[in-house]
This record gives sequence, structure tokens and C-alpha cells, in this order.
Amino acid sequence: MAAVAQHSKFSKIAWPVLAWVVALIFFFPIFWMVLTSFKTDADAVKPENLIVFQPTLENYLNMTENYDYWRFAINSVITSVFATIFTLVVGVPAAYAMAFNPSRHTKDVLMWMLSTKMLPAAAVLYPMTFLTKNFLGIFDTHFLIILVLSLINLPIVIWMLFTYFKEIPKEIIEAGQMDGVSTWGEIKDILIPLAWGGVASTALLCFIFCWNEAYWTVRLTTTDAATLSKLIEGNRAPEGLFFGRLSAVSTAAVGPIIVLGWFCQKQLVQGLTFGAVK
Amino acid sequence: MAGLTLRNIAKSYGATQVIESIDLDVEDGEFVVFVGPSGCGKSTLLRMIAGLEEISGGELSIGDRVVNEVAPAKRGVAMVFQTYALYPHMTVYKNMGFGLKQAKTPPDEIDAKVRAAAEILDITPLLERTPRALSGGQRQRVAIGRAIVREPDVFLFDEPLSNLDAALRVQTRIEIARLHERLGTTMIYVTHDQVEAMTLADKIVVLRGGNIEQVGTPMDLYHNPRNMFVAGFIGSPKMNFFGQGDLTPGGAALLPDDGHVLGLRPEHLRPMEAGSALVEAVPDLIENLGEYALVHCRTASGVAFIAKTTDMVGFEKGKPVPLGADPERRALFDKASGLRILSA
Repeated sequence: MAAVAQHSKFSKIAWPVLAWVVALIFFFPIFWMVLTSFKTDADAVKPENLIVFQPTLENYLNMTENYDYWRFAINSVITSVFATIFTLVVGVPAAYAMAFNPSRHTKDVLMWMLSTKMLPAAAVLYPMTFLTKNFLGIFDTHFLIILVLSLINLPIVIWMLFTYFKEIPKEIIEAGQMDGVSTWGEIKDILIPLAWGGVASTALLCFIFCWNEAYWTVRLTTTDAATLSKLIEGNRAPEGLFFGRLSAVSTAAVGPIIVLGWFCQKQLVQGLTFGAVK
Repeated sequence: MAGLTLRNIAKSYGATQVIESIDLDVEDGEFVVFVGPSGCGKSTLLRMIAGLEEISGGELSIGDRVVNEVAPAKRGVAMVFQTYALYPHMTVYKNMGFGLKQAKTPPDEIDAKVRAAAEILDITPLLERTPRALSGGQRQRVAIGRAIVREPDVFLFDEPLSNLDAALRVQTRIEIARLHERLGTTMIYVTHDQVEAMTLADKIVVLRGGNIEQVGTPMDLYHNPRNMFVAGFIGSPKMNFFGQGDLTPGGAALLPDDGHVLGLRPEHLRPMEAGSALVEAVPDLIENLGEYALVHCRTASGVAFIAKTTDMVGFEKGKPVPLGADPERRALFDKASGLRILSA
């Protein structure tokens, strides 16, 4: 009995401490980045100024001048929004069909879609670059980035939607058929309202993935369709000494998505645990 | 208003045949009950009539129109599901009007029809609620209401009472019977409960393994079962079956040989003089329900069976009792085929 009490007292202290330590380790790079964004470039590289320094807003105020922040930001918004829309436009009907009219190959199709995520992206880097640049002529266009972002997110989106749609009793869809609703009406009037939480959190997650995507957006763009990922990546080497400026632009790049995630936190958690706590 | 005709209706999933070949006529305004054990194909048959399952073979007509390839909503049928299948995000009013809205019915007409149906089912005060705020019985009424507003030629019920508790089941059963009385529309009702079948049906269709075992009025099936399966399925408690070795010498003489079985319903068994008795058994458990008692007996050969008695006269636990039944209450079956032999 005493041992148990002692044990629980220990874990009451130890676990939260451990959790905080782990959280701080994860959070530190972001903290460091935000902190650095308020330093001058000179202060940024001095170890003694890690915590104590004279804060400045200069990096933010000069951001549009130093880097063409808004152009990259607008590209990020355009590509992420349209890729998310396109992914849902394709994903919702696909998941609907597989959830309510499964064939004996449905499981295989789902596995196959997921397997495309297992292919190392680097393996197709050269063909993708060559084909889009020399053959199709769509290199560095919004169209290409939207297409690529859609395609890489489609498997995960279909999987998520499929799981949510599976939760809806088939009879409700059948009742809709008896009531004479069209396939589109079924999706619009029954399926989406019922799986709203799931669809919203899938869309949000897809948007976050699109915004954060760096591998392809960096490699398939130069200027016209370059996103914030490209801005950060592209300035890493030549402006390596300007840590303050770079931190400010990085903070401004991840800021919107963190704010968005923060506001939608409840929705996101609700959506992701939809099946579990039913 | 319309009848139905099923000709050689078959259903298979790949190589698995679930319904072989069904022929059935349903008259206009008739209340037909499909009954059978689970897996007998009764729900599949109903879903084929509804248009929710494709028909693999044969011809289905509603009225005089072949509807094999017609969409569910265009067949003039409405279905009430076992799980109610209400739209959880819509109010009762919208649930009931949804089908009419799909058919582009003017709003004032929808309103009139929904309110009329709500009046019939006594759910007017619930119209603005969502299904979540309703009890099981109320949900089932809404599901029935949703079917009524569409003014179908044929109502289809798929085990509509099995999610309700016992008291509500009886009440709703009576309401469905009244509704049929009032609307006079053709109704097809699927259940595994023979009490529902007996009380509701004009015509019962007993199914087993994807085939029709017998079609007839409830009394027809009770008095003249075509085979041992129907005899055992219709009636509660089920009919008792005895082989030659289970009977008294007098009883055994009724069977031509060992390949036959004597069927006696519990409610027809009564104590008799040893000379005219058919079977002798020891009561080992008596369930007395006041109005009647179920006497669980066992013969010397080890066969357990039930006798139903209203007065308990002659029954005593542990004391052997000779039992018999009137000649017209006996049924003789061929053991191998299960078929009833009419001239015993």
C-alpha cells in the first residue's frame, strides 16, 4: 500500500516534469526563431545575446523590402486553397463511392493509394523536373504546384474521408435513395452535413500539409509560383548571416498556419477522434 | 394503389445464390408478411422490391409496370427501416418533407401533406424537433410518417418493431394494423417474429433458405402447414414432433413406419385415459402464467416437449401423465422430406 502511494506521488511529479521537458525541447527551435526575429542581424549571431538583447521590430518592418514576402505569401495562399478545394472535389466522391458502394477490390484500392505515399519523392525528382520543364512547360506555374499538392495529399484525404463516411449508417443513404435524391444531392444534403466535422478537419489538415509542403514547392518553382517554403529555403545559403531577417520571415511564414490551427484546434481534435469516442 | 407480381425472382452475389426463384402475387391493398429465420432472404427480397438491391433474375412488376430497372423513388414504394434511418440533421418536419422536396412539390402542398400525416400519427407537437430529441417509438412514427407523405402504392416495412421495447412493440403493431385499415394501401412487412406475422397479415409468406415454404392466410398456415418447417415456425410455443419410439403403442400405431413423424401442438395436448393417449411423459418444469401454464415434459425416450394448459387439471410435477389430442388436431409428416401427409 505504501509502495503504491509513494509510486503515485512520484509519478504525479515526474510525468508532468518529463512532459514539460519534452514539450520544451520540441518548442525550442520555434521559440529561438521567434526570439531571433526580434534581434538585429548582429545580435542574432552573438551567443551572449541569446536571451538578453535589445528587441527591435526592424526585421518585420523591412520584411517586404528585404524579401518580397507578400508575393510568396499570396502564392502560398493560392496554391494551398486551390489544392485543398481540388483534393476535396475529387476525394469526397471517391470516398463516398468506396464507403457506400464497396466492391471486393475497395480495400486493395485504398491500400494502393496509400502505397503511393511510400514511394520516395526523391526517386521521381529528376523525371518530374525534366518533364514539367522541358516537355510540358508547366514548371514554376501555380497550376503545377496545385496539381502536385493535390496529388500528394489525395491518398490521405480519401483515407480520412472514407473513415468518417463509414461511420454514417448505410440506411440513411438508402432512405435518401428511397426519397429520390440524386447522387449529388446525397452528397450535398445528407453526407456532408452528417460528416461535417470530419470533412472540415480533413480540409484543414490538407490545407496545413499544403502550406507546409517544402520538397516539391522548392524544387518545382523558381519565381512565379514560389511559395513561402521556397522563400525560406531559397534565402538560407546566400543570406546565412542575416539570421534576424530570416527568422522574421520564417515566423511570418509559419505564423498564419499556427494561428489557423489554434483557432480550429477544437474542430481538429473533434474530427480526428470522431470514430474513437462515438 | 397497386398490387405486385414477382416472377422467377432470383438474387445472387457472385456465385452465391441467396434467392433461387420466387413467384408471388400480392393483391392490391393486401397486407403481406414475409417471415422466416435470419438468413432466409426475406430482407433481401424486400430490398429488391424497394430497388435497393439489384434483381439478378426474373421480373418484378408493381401494378402493371415492370420495375426491375426503375429507380427506388420512381417505383411508387416507400420504406420504413428497422433503424428508422431518419436524417439526424433535419427536423421531423424536414425529414417527412424531404422526399416531396426532391420531387419538386410546391412548398404549400408539402406543408399540407406533412401536417396531415403528422395528424394521423399524432406527432404534430414534434415537428420542429430533431430525431435526437425523440424516443425510439416517436422516431418510428416519424419514419412511418415519412413513408405516408409520399402516398406510395406500396409500403415496405423492414422489421420495423425490432428496435422497440416489448410494450411499445405491441402498441406500434396495433397502430400499423390500424394504419393499414385506414389507408387501405398494399403493405409488405418483413419480420422474424411469428406473432407479428399472425396478427398483422392478410397473407403470410414463409421463407427458408431463399425459397418460399408456404403462402397462405395466418389460419391456413396454422391449421394446414405444408411441412414440418412451417408447422414448427407458426404457432407459439412451437409444434412438438414425435417419432414412433416416443409414442405409446396407440400413438405409434398412427404412424405407418419409422420414417414418419407425428406433430402435436402444445395447446392441443391434454391429459387422457392411458388407453387413448398418444404419448406419456413426466412434467419436469411448469411455467404458470396465470392465464395459462406451459408444462415442460419429457418422454421415457428422452424427447422434451411442451404442453399448454389453462386449467392445470391432470398435470403434476414429477408424475407421469398420458397425453393425447383430438384426431383433427394431429398432423403427420414424412421424416425425410418434412412434407405433411394429408391422409393419416
